[in-house]
Amino acid sequence: MLLLLLGIILLHIAALVLLFVSTIVSVWTSSEAGTSDLWTNCSIVNGGYHCNPASTGEWIQAVQAVMILSIIFSCLSLFLFFCQLFTLQKGGRFFLTGTFQILASLFVMSGAIIYTVMSPVWVSESYAFGYSYILAWVAFPLALISGLIYVILRKRE
Amino acid sequence: MLTFLALASVVLLGIVPEQSQAIVIYTGWERHALLGSDIRLSCSFFSWRWTSEDVTFSWTYRPDGSRDSISIFHYTGGVAYVDNKGPFRDRLEFVGNPGRRDGSILLKNLEFSDNGTFTCDAKNPPDIVGRPSSVRLLVFEKVPIQAGVITGAIIGVVLGLLVLIVVIYYLMRFLVARRVFSLSVSKHGKKKKEGSQQRQGPAPPADPSKVKAAASEKKKQESRKDKK
Repeated sequence: MLLLLLGIILLHIAALVLLFVSTIVSVWTSSEAGTSDLWTNCSIVNGGYHCNPASTGEWIQAVQAVMILSIIFSCLSLFLFFCQLFTLQKGGRFFLTGTFQILASLFVMSGAIIYTVMSPVWVSESYAFGYSYILAWVAFPLALISGLIYVILRKRE
Repeated sequence: MLTFLALASVVLLGIVPEQSQAIVIYTGWERHALLGSDIRLSCSFFSWRWTSEDVTFSWTYRPDGSRDSISIFHYTGGVAYVDNKGPFRDRLEFVGNPGRRDGSILLKNLEFSDNGTFTCDAKNPPDIVGRPSSVRLLVFEKVPIQAGVITGAIIGVVLGLLVLIVVIYYLMRFLVARRVFSLSVSKHGKKKKEGSQQRQGPAPPADPSKVKAAASEKKKQESRKDKK
């Protein structure tokens, strides 16, 4: 029983950490000439990094907003999980927690999709996707599975 | 003790400007402007010395993608010399006030070729050691939305909706609870009345309909409770 609880919490925290890293470190595309991210565009000029703030287009701001919202919702869901753990009746389901976690996963998904669709507009085709982009895509199924587990789980003891 | 402190502070104040006698120049970081509009590039400096009469301002321009910079403005000896041969001839105007340490210039009728970095260098003799400061000019066809506006808007709207949903949920719960409470109180009163009337004599014809209505209300409430 305790093991199950620990496992669920670890899964949730893993998804949360991935979301944080993906949003903050944000190496979304990289190549030899530099990296282009959600927040800055860095290029290697004469051996040194030269960073500019990211372009002020509408879509990149949408991606920023959606990633931040997913972090907020995931944190809220963790907080709600602990609340519901102590206040839910026996046999009840963690609906609220699951809803927030599923919403967070949907936000990550839409952010990653928008970035994928719009990236030919922002960076040239030769750039490869960086690890933050991959982490965002990995965080989406983790958060989704975590949310579904919450919805299915019933409170015991 | 106090006199010693006073002397020490005076000496320090005398020494510090000697050591940190560097002039600090301030311009903007980046300027956005519309095609065809005018823009004022500001330049001011901070110096420990009084503004001397030999103060000089000079602006140089480096186009985007080029490594060479050309000088476009120089102010010295109380006279401002503007560009009359380069890319800014007849488009540059000095709007600064050297007496107030302001060496700003006005660029008129901007073109796309004006994209680049403008560097301001000011000297206030004998305070001449300093780093020139650069401002980047970006010319747009239409002014883009500032960074963070849409981000903030989306986050604000979603969180606002969340708060609204929570408030409405609690409001509905509160209203339903109050209605149930008031109905149960009125039913209690009705039951007491009916009990006393039955003891008195035959019930008036209005009573069965009232009883039916009360029963249907009770059923409705029970079904609502079940739904919850």
